[in-house]
Amino acid sequence: MAAVSIRNVHKSFGPVKVIQGISMDIRDGEFVVMVGPSGCGKSTLLRMVAGLEEISSGEIAIGDRVVNNLEPKDRNIAMVFQNYALYPHMSVYDNMAYGLRIRGRTKADIDGRVQRAAEILELSALLKRRPRELSGGQRQRVAMGRAIVREPSVFLFDEPLSNLDAKLRVQMRSELQSLHQRLKTTTLYVTHDQVEAMTLAHRMLIMNAGRTEQIGAPLEVYQKPATTFVAGFIGSPPMNLIPGRIGEGGKVLAATGNGGVHVRLPEPRAAFDGREVLLGVRPEHFETCEPGAAMMNPDIDFIELLGSDSLVYGHLGVDKSGARVAARLHTSVVAKEGRLPLRFEARHMHLFDPESGKRLEG
Amino acid sequence: MVERRPWLDVLSHGILILGVIVIAFPVYVTFVASTLPLEEIMVAPMPLVPGDRLIENYSQALFAGTSTGSRAPVATMLFNSTVVALCITIGKIVISLISAFAIVYFRFPLRMFFFWMIFITLMLPVEVRIIPTFQVIADLGMLNTYAGLTLPLIASATATFLFRQFFMTIPDELAEAARMDGAGPMRFFWDVVVPLSKTSMAALFVIQFIYGWNQYLWPLLITTDESMYTAVIGIKRMIVGGDAANEWNLVMATAMLALLPPAVVVLVMQKWFVKGLVETEK
Repeated sequence: MAAVSIRNVHKSFGPVKVIQGISMDIRDGEFVVMVGPSGCGKSTLLRMVAGLEEISSGEIAIGDRVVNNLEPKDRNIAMVFQNYALYPHMSVYDNMAYGLRIRGRTKADIDGRVQRAAEILELSALLKRRPRELSGGQRQRVAMGRAIVREPSVFLFDEPLSNLDAKLRVQMRSELQSLHQRLKTTTLYVTHDQVEAMTLAHRMLIMNAGRTEQIGAPLEVYQKPATTFVAGFIGSPPMNLIPGRIGEGGKVLAATGNGGVHVRLPEPRAAFDGREVLLGVRPEHFETCEPGAAMMNPDIDFIELLGSDSLVYGHLGVDKSGARVAARLHTSVVAKEGRLPLRFEARHMHLFDPESGKRLEG
Repeated sequence: MVERRPWLDVLSHGILILGVIVIAFPVYVTFVASTLPLEEIMVAPMPLVPGDRLIENYSQALFAGTSTGSRAPVATMLFNSTVVALCITIGKIVISLISAFAIVYFRFPLRMFFFWMIFITLMLPVEVRIIPTFQVIADLGMLNTYAGLTLPLIASATATFLFRQFFMTIPDELAEAARMDGAGPMRFFWDVVVPLSKTSMAALFVIQFIYGWNQYLWPLLITTDESMYTAVIGIKRMIVGGDAANEWNLVMATAMLALLPPAVVVLVMQKWFVKGLVETEK
């Protein structure tokens, strides 16, 4: 077990800067998920922790050792790859035992560890099989078993569930969670799937284009996204972002575009009077209401019925050039067209700077 | 074909049978000739039914050789051929495996340059470089030795290229997983790359064994000592001049004997050979 410390790490491949200064301290036993769109550098960062990529500048420490120049095998880490990377010609048992054999453990020790890991992962009956005789979920478990037997101080997962079908993914997700509760090993987990990130993480590191967008606990990230990128990335459908200018002493947002549509703010923000902002409201935080209490009245474009609730897509203003608005409503009966009066709570209102995309507090 | 058309079956079988006859008939004639006394072969037309001299002809060829041409017993030649073919085959596989491993898994200066240098040698078969090669082998005193017979034929761009292509299909994660497990490069080579290459090695073994066995020009040049003849050269050396002077029955027996080992190799390794060509176990 060990803490991991990433200090101002940069990585470039030739002239291409993939990671541009990321810092994060991961506590001992913490489950940290690195999440971001493809190409944001999250896998590269993980591979630098693993020792599979060189660090262009900055420092990575595991425990109290700086590991920049250590070989992967000397870092006391174990990694689970996206395509599992099981040795195809070895049995499940040998796949798990291989790393231990190289390290020169005794036969009895190896056998004990492999059997224990197989029990935890319910692989005991499959130990003699070859990887190709296993299903996707079983291969995934063997890959985890290979990591567990080493009893490393840090687990690294590189999109481990992305090759599984939806149902299995949900199952493996909960298995991963219980595994971590049982072993309490520091874990770094890379994914592009926000649901995985939200459900597994103690804290998440949201990355975009090689930079940190936000570091925080899942709920904190959901409730207080630090940037418009995070606001759009976490949550489905993404947060509505309505551009406009705050006016009337901070009480309304005059939406940019046609017809001078005003959105009434649930709480005045006098500090931002006259300022251009992006107003953010999550679709699930809208409620229908009496026309008199409405904060905005979008025109309905179409409705998706999901059973438990319905997604209403509309726009502000007189024609479709106005800002788009999506709302997730629990009321099943909604008019098919016309204007839909919507309100939201002050605590669900987010303001962002349209230039930098940063969250505006106050 | 999915459709069932009887006349199509007849036609395709007809073509296949014709093909078999074209290929098998000369072999059959060779076999018949190897069982006849010399006088009967000389009669025109030669009989097409096997004679009664099977054992005599084969034992004379195997252990005594011809009385007019080369006097080397064919048993020695078969032994030489086996040694040469095996050395060439195993040597080629070992060297190609190692060089392909170096080219695929190590970053060293001029890596691609070396790869292309190896690749370019494909354009220089033994026949093209035969005079300088002969000079080198002669200077090294390797005429009439197994080393001289095999060494110049061992380096193989084809096999290196084949292994390189195969290695490139092994996912990088496997190498990375081995690194995480603490395996050094050579450990990875032995524990992962070599076992995964088994089927490719088998396919190459078959191809290269036949290649080595059938070598003609090079052994012809550098063997002058009868005890170093390979079977293919032996056949040539048995034929000395005019038609009548040769013991054709013994020559044919030798030809049959020389045919056997490659056929055995193909039959035994057939399953692996096909596997190696069509399937990759990953």
